[in-house]
Amino acid sequence: MELTGWGRFPRFETRLYEPSSPEAAARLQPLLSGFAPRGNGRAYGDAAIGVTASILSRGLGRFRHFDPAERRLTVESGVLLSEIIDAFLPRGFFPPVVPGTQFVSVGGMIASDIHGKNHHGAGGFGDHVDAFELALPGGEIRICSPGQNADLFKATIGGMGLTGTILSASFKLIPVESALIAQETIVAQNLDEAIAALSAHEDWPYSAAWIDCLASGAALGRSLIYLGRHAKAADIAAIDPHRRPAGKKRPLGVPIDLPGFTLNRLSVAAFNELYFRKGASAAGKPFLNGIGSFFFPLDGVLNWNRIYGRRGFLQHQCVIGTDAAAGAIAEILGRFAKRGNASFLAVLKKLGPAGRGYLSFPKPGFTLALDLAMDRGVFEFLDEIDDIVVAAGGRIYLAKDARQSRATFEAGYPELDRFREIRREIGAERAVASRLSDRLGI
Amino acid sequence: MDEPKFLLVLGGGSDIGRACALRFAQAGWRVTLAGRDLAPLKREAEDIATRTGVAITTSFIDILDTPSFAAFETGLGGLPDAIVCVVGLLGDARRAETDPAHASLVMRSNFEGPALLLGQFAEGFAERGEGVIVGVSSVAGDRGRASNYVYGAAKAGLTAFLSGLRNRFGKTKIRVVTVKPGFVRTKMTAGMKLPPPLTAEPQEVAEAIYRASAVKPRDVIYVKPVWRLIMTIIGSIPEPIFKRLKL
Ligand SMILES: Cc1cc2nc3c(=O)[nH]c(=O)nc-3n(C[C@H](O)[C@H](O)[C@H](O)COP(=O)(O)OP(=O)(O)OC[C@H]3O[C@@H](n4cnc5c(N)ncnc54)[C@H](O)[C@@H]3O)c2cc1C
Ligand SMILES: NC(=O)c1ccc[n+]([C@@H]2O[C@H](COP(=O)([O-])OP(=O)(O)OC[C@H]3O[C@@H](n4cnc5c(N)ncnc54)[C@H](OP(=O)(O)O)[C@@H]3O)[C@@H](O)[C@H]2O)c1
Repeated sequence: MELTGWGRFPRFETRLYEPSSPEAAARLQPLLSGFAPRGNGRAYGDAAIGVTASILSRGLGRFRHFDPAERRLTVESGVLLSEIIDAFLPRGFFPPVVPGTQFVSVGGMIASDIHGKNHHGAGGFGDHVDAFELALPGGEIRICSPGQNADLFKATIGGMGLTGTILSASFKLIPVESALIAQETIVAQNLDEAIAALSAHEDWPYSAAWIDCLASGAALGRSLIYLGRHAKAADIAAIDPHRRPAGKKRPLGVPIDLPGFTLNRLSVAAFNELYFRKGASAAGKPFLNGIGSFFFPLDGVLNWNRIYGRRGFLQHQCVIGTDAAAGAIAEILGRFAKRGNASFLAVLKKLGPAGRGYLSFPKPGFTLALDLAMDRGVFEFLDEIDDIVVAAGGRIYLAKDARQSRATFEAGYPELDRFREIRREIGAERAVASRLSDRLGI
Repeated sequence: MDEPKFLLVLGGGSDIGRACALRFAQAGWRVTLAGRDLAPLKREAEDIATRTGVAITTSFIDILDTPSFAAFETGLGGLPDAIVCVVGLLGDARRAETDPAHASLVMRSNFEGPALLLGQFAEGFAERGEGVIVGVSSVAGDRGRASNYVYGAAKAGLTAFLSGLRNRFGKTKIRVVTVKPGFVRTKMTAGMKLPPPLTAEPQEVAEAIYRASAVKPRDVIYVKPVWRLIMTIIGSIPEPIFKRLKL
């Protein structure tokens, strides 16, 4: 059947397998050649599409064990983050790291070594994984941890599924006192202010800047900085009960593809202006926010990826080392502002220490992510952006990528050779192949 | 706090059984999953226990092994407050037409086994004066059709048995719920083309069962209400016409 990633570009035919247990997934692998694991399909590009076959992890959807003393949770890899939050937030526990959507699988979070708004302090999801079970391409099951099969552990964290299917994993949850986030919003009038503010507020566990991409000139990089921490019981007691955020709302949906022309420069500009105004008017006043609207604002609109129409869209996400960040990101934003591309918003975030994996995306510096509609010249335009990234010693996030060149990729991931070596050692070279690994020659 | 209530799920490894167990556990019930394949049952039990923090145990039952029923009940270590029986076998309708052994298997798996075991627990409930019995039957039992009448007849037997039990306990605190789920997206129907408006998710069936047993008592539930209408229409077609239809 035809599969795509979240950006709905590119599209490829692949055979889809849906094993119903970890053992069944491991038994299936040696029968396939050119397969890739697939979690919940939230990677934007071609990472979760197997060249000939894709192994869906949905049937590996069982929780296994929770040790309250250690706060260690063990689950099968197809369990969704949303299920973990539903089960454990009411009991006072929260995942150590969450991305911008809760509809991702545990396997996908490990394979992309995902980062959240707390990366500057907490590191990536991979930094919290104690151990996982990995099915090698031939079906043998290996337990991997920092002390056992350590090389496979480092290759699989951030390894984009290219070492075989992760069957289950153990990681520690963090204790929280409430299901709310104490939030503060700061206005930054330009990029330098935004970068300075993110660095000045590292004591907040969660932070990220939403940049208005259409602001230019002196206002280039104009943004709202969202700071958050888990609210304590005392924070909640202090607030007027009528002003507490409401509980679960039913998400609105985008049921059908909107025509591609809905998003033009004007409508996006109007949206960004409104978003900025709305945020700015609340700036400076601390308030309590729900977990959902703080971490997963877009999950409120189901299938929002369809607003770009059937052609799909691209996301560009790079990380630039701390020293080069201000200059390179200013240049990138300048190009975007000039082009007037249909990006809703850009997100800027400070990253902490490098991830554990050979292909982990995070490294100390600043990461910038933008969405782009599929218009004429977009690929050439992004190639130019990539040149800026490479010149600044940066890299592009594989979980978002659908189009970077091999040269850009190779320049960004210096431990690639070690990764390839491990793939050879475990017989994954030809056996495990996604459209991404095929395109980038991994 | 009160002792948690105790649910027994017969056929706990099925998608509907598992969803029921989770729904009751979320409401604080402790659950025993019973079935004939213990390894997958343990996987489901750990899943539900980890999600909810509630104790979930497993127990072996082969619904065809009627002599084992008494020992099975003793082994539970207590009489359940509610029982949900999901055990069933679709079988191969064509084969059941010509192969008496296969037809007998379908009849015994859907009717004889479930009816005898539920009947046995009903005696315990009668003695205690309280209890809820939920039997998952099928709309296929509402009227025999050429496409799967052996299965349908067995489910009709179960439906009549449950209706009889309900009538017998009609003036007591013992309640009997018959569930006719229509199409459900489960392992049993994997690969079949099911019409989405008529097809329920296992979670919807579980929610309906939980409500009918623990929130708002009901006697007979069709999970998707449209099925009641469909079956009323199918039931009202005169036999001389019905027998010529291809359904
Ligand atoms: C709205 C939105 C916001 C996002 N925000 C963030 C963010 O803030 N930070 C961030 O880091 N990412 C973010 N992402 C990206 C997302 O977190 C990653 O793409 C994640 O990997 C998706 O998980 P998935 O289960 O959908 O995996 P898929 O998209 O299905 O697969 C992603 C990769 O993981 C591999 N994989 C999946 N399951 C397994 C398994 N069981 N074993 C081995 N490999 C496996 C696949 O082969 C593939 O390479 C966001 C995505 C969206 C749509
Ligand atoms: N799916 C539908 O569309 C649909 C529609 C109407 C009614 N139903 C009814 O709903 C119930 C559940 O169905 P399902 O779709 O979830 O299918 P299922 O997975 O096949 O469920 C049937 C269950 O019965 C168990 N079982 C069968 N024979 C047994 C035996 N001899 N001893 C012990 N257990 C036995 C099975 O155990 P094993 O796993 O060990 O085989 C399984 O757990 C069935 O009664 C079915 O008739 C289903």
